Amino acid sequence: MTPQRSAYTRRTVLKSTAAATAVTHLTSAPAIADDGGTSEITLSVNGQRHRVAVEPRVTLLDALRERLGLTGTKKGCDRGECGACTVLVDGERIKSCLTLAVMRQGAEITTVEGLARGEELHPVQEAFIRRDAFQCGACTPGQIMSAVACINEGHTGSEAEIREWMSGNLCRCAAYQNIVAAVADAAKETPR
Amino acid sequence: MEFLRPVSLGEALEMKAARPEAVPIAGGTDVMVELNFDHRRPAALLDLTRVAELAEWSRDDSVVTFGAALPYTRLINELGTDLPGLAIASRTVGSPQIRNRGTVGGNLGAASPAGDTHPVLLASDAVVEVASARGTRSIPASEFYLGVKRNALEPDELITSIRLPKATGPQQFAKVGTRNAMVIAVCSFAISLHPNESRAGAAIGSAAPTPRRVRQAEDFLTEVLDWESPQALPDSAKRRFGELVASAAEPIDDVRGSAAYRKHALAVLARRALGWAWDAYREGERSCA
Repeated sequence: MTPQRSAYTRRTVLKSTAAATAVTHLTSAPAIADDGGTSEITLSVNGQRHRVAVEPRVTLLDALRERLGLTGTKKGCDRGECGACTVLVDGERIKSCLTLAVMRQGAEITTVEGLARGEELHPVQEAFIRRDAFQCGACTPGQIMSAVACINEGHTGSEAEIREWMSGNLCRCAAYQNIVAAVADAAKETPR
Repeated sequence: MEFLRPVSLGEALEMKAARPEAVPIAGGTDVMVELNFDHRRPAALLDLTRVAELAEWSRDDSVVTFGAALPYTRLINELGTDLPGLAIASRTVGSPQIRNRGTVGGNLGAASPAGDTHPVLLASDAVVEVASARGTRSIPASEFYLGVKRNALEPDELITSIRLPKATGPQQFAKVGTRNAMVIAVCSFAISLHPNESRAGAAIGSAAPTPRRVRQAEDFLTEVLDWESPQALPDSAKRRFGELVASAAEPIDDVRGSAAYRKHALAVLARRALGWAWDAYREGERSCA
């Protein structure tokens, strides 16, 4: 159990103010179902267990970023199309915007923050730097998490295969050529 | 929003009976988009991910039954040999991340005319098993789709499993989209050869208010295919088949494509998929002989 870092930013403060206003409204309109209930859940992220209070509608992505302060996982489209929010759940890659935090209790979640061993980067992270596999970097955490899974799955036999199995991650800087090279590099170094 | 977390099917059915407005969620790849963008504010969500029996499968000599919440990745890896058509269609769903979570049950629950697995389910004579606290029903896929995003489920029912005969002949699926991943099909087509019954099943997706079987085109194949001593199909027969498939479509113009394009593309998909499937059948017959 780690002490909860306060993850309040200006944006979340604005959001919670808006939510409070909405609740005031609801009390005067009892026909609308109350949806303000939060529940205490435990999320296991990068080997550490965190107690966190969330409403049922909070996505795993928002819980990671706004409740746990793990902002490495990026929010791109919030509809599963871009792959920027890719994390591993029990070793499988999923889009954290398409799952609710309350559905992932008891699962082992790995985010980009959980890859390095202290100062030593994960081979996929090393390969992305060596191959210059990004420009703006916004998609990079998702690309890296997807690449880790892609390599574990054994889908790195050819450039075409890597492209196919990395197709759930968009890069609007179009660094694809170097991403493919980085994945191929890292696959050679990673024992499966 | 209330969040219901049953741990058994019995409990899930009781909860659905008590709260018929509860929206079932398993993979979440469809429902979550509606929640995130506030297109839908369900009073309750029914989380099916803890109901173990919904993610299991079984098979006997002739039939495969798999749980509605079995993710596509497992369906492809574990049942792909028995259900090749469904595996081909499943491989085109979303992206690897989506396939790790998305399910055929979700495809059926959403009943979008563009759902990727519907044409295969129709062409392969799938049966949708549904249950409620009142009992169970078996609904043939051909009677399951009622309209755009409408299916034959009663409010207190859940989709529990999908039952399909093991493939007895080649099966094919093809779809048109702007790229290979993360697209909603512009149109799609599936064909399953059933040599033991000397017939073929064929169906279209994303080209009418519901996915639908193309019965005239199926009847045409019954007339022209010689299952005993299979010959190469003349181009004229493949083209005629494509025309019949296209004529069964009632597509609309939308952002993904025009109605005219969809009809044209369907004829092409149907002609090619028939060619692939029939050639594979002939090949198989030759190697058996």
